[in-house]
Amino acid sequence: MEKLKIADKEFTSRLFIGTGKYSSNADMAKAIDASGSEMVTVALRRVDIRNENDDMLAAVDRDRCVLLPNTSGARDGEEAVRLARLTRAASGINWVKLEVTPDPYYLLPDGGETLKAAETLVNDGFVVLPYINADPILAKKLQDVGTATVMPLASPIGSNQGLTTRAAIEIIIEQATVPVVVDAGLGLPSHAAEAMEMGADAVLVNTAIATAGDPAAMAEAFKLATEAGRTAYLAGKAAISKTANASSPLTGFLRD
Amino acid sequence: MSEFAQILRDKKLDRQSPDTSTMIDNITTDQVRRHLAQPPGRYSIDRLMALLSPAASELLEEMAQQARQLTIQRFGRTVQMYAPLYVSNVCVNSCLYCGFNCQTEFSRTRLTIDQAVKDGKVIASEGFRHILLVSGEDTKYVTNDYLAELAQRLREDFSSVSIEIYPLDEAGYKNCFDAGIDGVTLYQETYDRDTYERYHIAGPKADYDQRLDSYDRAARAGMRRLGLGVLLGLADWRQETLALAEHAAYLMKKYWRSQVSFSFPRLRPAPHVAEEYEHLVGERELVQMMIALRLCFADAGIVLSTRESAELRNNAVNLCVTRISAGSKTNPGGYSEEDDSTEQFVIADDRDPSEVAKMIKRAGREAVWKDWDTSFTA
Repeated sequence: MEKLKIADKEFTSRLFIGTGKYSSNADMAKAIDASGSEMVTVALRRVDIRNENDDMLAAVDRDRCVLLPNTSGARDGEEAVRLARLTRAASGINWVKLEVTPDPYYLLPDGGETLKAAETLVNDGFVVLPYINADPILAKKLQDVGTATVMPLASPIGSNQGLTTRAAIEIIIEQATVPVVVDAGLGLPSHAAEAMEMGADAVLVNTAIATAGDPAAMAEAFKLATEAGRTAYLAGKAAISKTANASSPLTGFLRD
Repeated sequence: MSEFAQILRDKKLDRQSPDTSTMIDNITTDQVRRHLAQPPGRYSIDRLMALLSPAASELLEEMAQQARQLTIQRFGRTVQMYAPLYVSNVCVNSCLYCGFNCQTEFSRTRLTIDQAVKDGKVIASEGFRHILLVSGEDTKYVTNDYLAELAQRLREDFSSVSIEIYPLDEAGYKNCFDAGIDGVTLYQETYDRDTYERYHIAGPKADYDQRLDSYDRAARAGMRRLGLGVLLGLADWRQETLALAEHAAYLMKKYWRSQVSFSFPRLRPAPHVAEEYEHLVGERELVQMMIALRLCFADAGIVLSTRESAELRNNAVNLCVTRISAGSKTNPGGYSEEDDSTEQFVIADDRDPSEVAKMIKRAGREAVWKDWDTSFTA
């Protein structure tokens, strides 16, 4: 399968993984391993990014996975920018998953603040992967300022509702010039497969894996579903018709 | 009268009433079942009344299962750790239930900034990165400047500094927020005006409305976390919970950038307090209250302190608790000084933080010591 390229990095796996909500870092490491993921996002509020021995950071295999710091908790663009800059100064990592979520309950992203912060960070040399509402115009504006991806939500974060924003994500995929990563709300492997069948370039999953009864097994299921969905997309789906197309037509006896 | 005080008055929740009790008592099991059949996590006063009712008590296990699932979905399998740091037990109030009552004679202690930082170092060495500064109403000593200076010193060791002190004015809260204090915990103690008057006999705290308005001031100043609670034992807990929930719902809608959490302080034995309480809350009732609030507020923090026994806390981490204190000392200097000053109350779970963390792990949860970053409030 062809690789996914984001900025200067290539990825074989198209499943990105979050690191929150696990019962232990050991369970998290097993799940990441089973997922085959090569991109792991970590909340800067949870880790001591300056400390390589931080329990959560140490549990991520950095040889295999790109560590993608996220700015969750930032209430406005200014806070997100400050956090990203401090992270880069401390760790040398210049990739950032930009999250600006002023609402602490549904954690819905603030598009205006995200755009402002994205522009500043791109100009600052960051590789910016912004988490957004499924807003096609915002996605265009973000790619115009130079973000490396756009990451529209499938449904509210942690809700496991699947692709409730399907129609808008289809437009984003159709129009995007950067990879589209469907993020937030994917609750089942079938949701991931659906997103990939639609033509998403990758999916990001956290809650559905971290809070599953067996996180490692669920991670593997998401891995397989992501691969299946991508393969189906590349295979070119058969056309959908509202009427039956019988394999033995009733009018076959008629000759021109 | 403030906006929320007016809401409480309009809904007849600022004075407890036998009619409300009767209404709750008359709720049937079928009514509770209908509410439990709805998606959990959304608040309405009807739903909360049903879940708090005696009829719901019979369905506690079903409610607990829903609360557990919802908590895992929204917060994951994690429990955040924090520790309180008492900086002064001097107080100008006379509250009949409190060990710091100004009319009680005992040797009072105020920590200098250096002494408080010393206590903070001990707390940090135990692994904590979230700290809660607690004080009596000691306005002459625990000033805005004191809090700001202390917060700035503590931020070398802590990711998040919150306060549980006397109410400040909006400028005071803003001053604290600018110094890196990001959360405020404040208990109305009781929403029933008559009970409030009875227990707060002297001092600025006797002003019910001034206290009730503090949450708005803190939120307007930008505080990210607002901790709410009632002192369980002063008045009927079911009616208190209704008022508390209305308060939370009001704050969540109006100050939607701040996260609300609930605490459940049950009255504990305290030095020099001989009060007898009419409305003490049992463990089953406490658990029902916690679960009912979770089933109405999917994303609210649920906090459990060392006021509760080890056994209750061991089980509550599997129900709906998201934040827990450990190894708490409720006297100023309690972490680093050998001479014990007077405690605010006697703790019930005296396990050290590492033991509590192990308990959390045994319960299939991760003890999270850091879930904030000073950069947010730099």
